[in-house]
Amino acid sequence: MMPQGIWPAVLGRFVWTSLPFVRAWEHPTASEIIGAGAASIVIIGAVSTVALIIWFGKWRFLWSEWLTSLDHKKIGIMYIVLAFVMLSRALIEAVLMRLQQAAAINNPGFLAPDHFAQLFSTHGSIMIFFMAMPFLAGLINFVMPLQIGSRDVAFPLLNSISLWLTGGAAGLMMASLVIGEFSTGGWSGYPPYTELAFSPGVGPDYWIWAVTLGSIGSTLTGINFAVTIYKMRCPGMDLMRMPLFVWTALCTSILMIFAMPPLTVATALLALDRYLGFHFFTNDLGGNMMNYANLFWLFGHPEVYILILPAFGVYSEVVSTFSTKDLYGYTSLVLATAAIALLSFTVWVHHFFTMGQNANINAVFGIATMTIGVPTGVKIYDWIWTMFRGEVRFTVPMLYSLAFMMTFVLGGFTGILLAFPPLDYLVHNTLFLVAHFHNMLIPGLLYGMLAGYHYWFPKAFGFRLNETWGRISFGCWVVGFYLAFMPLYVLGAAGLARRTQEVFETAFRPWLYIAGVGALILLCALASLVVQLWVSIRQRDANRVFAGDPWDGRGLEWSTSAPPPEYNFAILPRVHGRDPFYDRKRNGDPYAPSGSYHDIVIPKNSMTGPVIGVFGAATAFGLVWHMWWLAIIGLLVIIAAVVARSFARDVHEIISADKVERIEGRWLRAVVKATSIPRKVEMKPVNQGLARVSG
Amino acid sequence: MSASEVRHAGLNLGNTDELTHEQAESAIFGFWVFLMSDAVLFALLFATYGVMLPATVGGPTPASEYKMLPAFLETLELLTSSFTFGMATVAMKHAASRGELLGWMGVTLILGGAFLGMELNDFVTMFGDGAFPTRSGYLSSFFALVPLHGLHVFFGSIWIIVMMIQVVTFGLDARVKINILRLGLFWHFLDIVWVAIFSVVYLQGLIQ
Repeated sequence: MMPQGIWPAVLGRFVWTSLPFVRAWEHPTASEIIGAGAASIVIIGAVSTVALIIWFGKWRFLWSEWLTSLDHKKIGIMYIVLAFVMLSRALIEAVLMRLQQAAAINNPGFLAPDHFAQLFSTHGSIMIFFMAMPFLAGLINFVMPLQIGSRDVAFPLLNSISLWLTGGAAGLMMASLVIGEFSTGGWSGYPPYTELAFSPGVGPDYWIWAVTLGSIGSTLTGINFAVTIYKMRCPGMDLMRMPLFVWTALCTSILMIFAMPPLTVATALLALDRYLGFHFFTNDLGGNMMNYANLFWLFGHPEVYILILPAFGVYSEVVSTFSTKDLYGYTSLVLATAAIALLSFTVWVHHFFTMGQNANINAVFGIATMTIGVPTGVKIYDWIWTMFRGEVRFTVPMLYSLAFMMTFVLGGFTGILLAFPPLDYLVHNTLFLVAHFHNMLIPGLLYGMLAGYHYWFPKAFGFRLNETWGRISFGCWVVGFYLAFMPLYVLGAAGLARRTQEVFETAFRPWLYIAGVGALILLCALASLVVQLWVSIRQRDANRVFAGDPWDGRGLEWSTSAPPPEYNFAILPRVHGRDPFYDRKRNGDPYAPSGSYHDIVIPKNSMTGPVIGVFGAATAFGLVWHMWWLAIIGLLVIIAAVVARSFARDVHEIISADKVERIEGRWLRAVVKATSIPRKVEMKPVNQGLARVSG
Repeated sequence: MSASEVRHAGLNLGNTDELTHEQAESAIFGFWVFLMSDAVLFALLFATYGVMLPATVGGPTPASEYKMLPAFLETLELLTSSFTFGMATVAMKHAASRGELLGWMGVTLILGGAFLGMELNDFVTMFGDGAFPTRSGYLSSFFALVPLHGLHVFFGSIWIIVMMIQVVTFGLDARVKINILRLGLFWHFLDIVWVAIFSVVYLQGLIQ
């Protein structure tokens, strides 16, 4: 008798049919088999990763060099690895959806409606919270402290905790593929559909807790970055001397600090409804689902700029570097960035013009929305003027920047159309909208992150990425984007609703086919990135840039070896202008050996981050499946870890002056031996990371 | 008065070097930023409360549920506890012995505990009247806002206990001092939030 008594308490809501394999066995439809296939990929991926680590005996190395590290550079790299893994999953899901719609014209296609709904929900949630956010957090983590001449972020341990909360939440997303199912309520999770009455399963709970963990991680990241930028700049770096990427990082951080809490409130209140029977957003007893839309988009719109601003920062760096010119209109770019950040809080209602508020309110928000086009336009002109009469080189990051400028302006125009409430009424909830926001986010986020990845990769790993495969991948991202999304404008204007699993209008067929081909080309783009990484690693010895300055860089991040030493700067730099390293190359010797080095204090590794991340995910998993014991244990462990950590006193280690001198000496000798190269051969193996300075 | 004391009028990390003061500055500033983020959380719950106030759906109303006397006494307890925590930080800076600091922290803890006890009693009374959060949108929003503040006070109390243990274990090293200053900010912040709750929730509910 005992087992029956105890199993529900242990396993909560779990039943055998929660496993996609069992479902596929019982109902072997294409849809279920795809689900089981996805689950097997997750399991095989996880098991083989663990097996490989054990096979090569790398556990200790991984644990002590990476997972517990508080070094901002390593944390940044781990964020970006996470972003690429999640990008792969979400892109495959996108391809499946495009193929389904192309196949499902007067025909149910190969995906069941519920499965299709899960796909668009996970695709959106992952792309925003577990691809875009980790990517930009990773890039800022790696680059920003180097650019401001700091040895680390303000709170290294908090940085690790943020990474692990994000990682734990991403793990929860992956778990939803193997156990149970995901929400069918879209990435925005609108109630009352996601309330218990309409979605009684575990899906919305997976969404709630994954997003909540991720958003707490992002809030903490924002606090960390903002304090770092305000308090840790090296001597001489006034606010108006900061590289533009740092400015965009600052504005993004401020947005994170103030815009993530609304998301936490929205998901927490939805959780109260679902778990404790509250009535925030239910249909009955005074619930008000419009309040959810307001809370969600109070986060959701600033979120758009959280995503886009860092990419703007990357473009500013890239365009200036690869044109060998000072950034045109620095002050106007700073003001435009700040203006966009401010305006982003004033436009959230444009996400629900059709909800029924009065026309005057819509008009105010419509005008505010169009206003954002002004500072954005300023930026585009500044970048164009930066290139004007510059020594422009078409490297991969520069290609992404150019593609961005063309494509983003196009997306901006359709945004102005949508900002016009009467027009929005016509295309609301159609593929026109889907086309629009992909038209903003693919150039405005993905291209920027990829440009940053290509641009700073040599700094992070000490060798350049393969140019040829970079160009192939770039070509696929651009061609694939236009083929996949331009047809959606047409379809949306013709009235095809978004999130449609089956289509009943045969005239849509050619457009859906083109979009499907575009999606496949985008998949090739991702595959070429993987090939590029593989080829680049194999050819790494030919493409080393240990001297550290492959692109004749301008900011302080290029003034260290590649990869930079753990402590970043042996002597904290003192800057006198906006492009300190560029100027020092022209007016002095940036590689002059220092007379004396000092001991450097750095934070010791800590397992607090991994513990909080893993038990945070365990708590969330327990909550999803109503395994209360697990949720309680997880929560208690987290509290205990925080308290225990506050008692730790031995949290620093010292790199001795001798060791610093050895590390710096090795680098400076390599600089002396390196051949300096002019710009026109910077994409060739002759580039050893030392720029030839003329005049 | 030495130069470093002038630079950081509120901080007193003893005769430490400039770097320690700079680090303290980041630590305190970072906590301020965190509190601002937390303030957004409360602001939105206040807004939600305002939106849902009319949604009583024939159930209990603010006028029928709120009691002025306990709410007023809770306010006094919390305001006094903020004062006593202020005295604790003054003791940290000027007192010769740790005993004075521990004493003031202890008094703050007792006041916090008394506040939590009275608040729980309020909730139990409301439950007795059938005013459960599941009854109406209005009660849902009440029970999201007010207990969240209570939860903050609860964790603040645990933090006080942890810091008292650390004062005994480590004495007043730089980290203990910084954390007591952060705890102080947290405690005063909760006081401000409570003033808003008392005005917006209790006073508004009882005036109508």
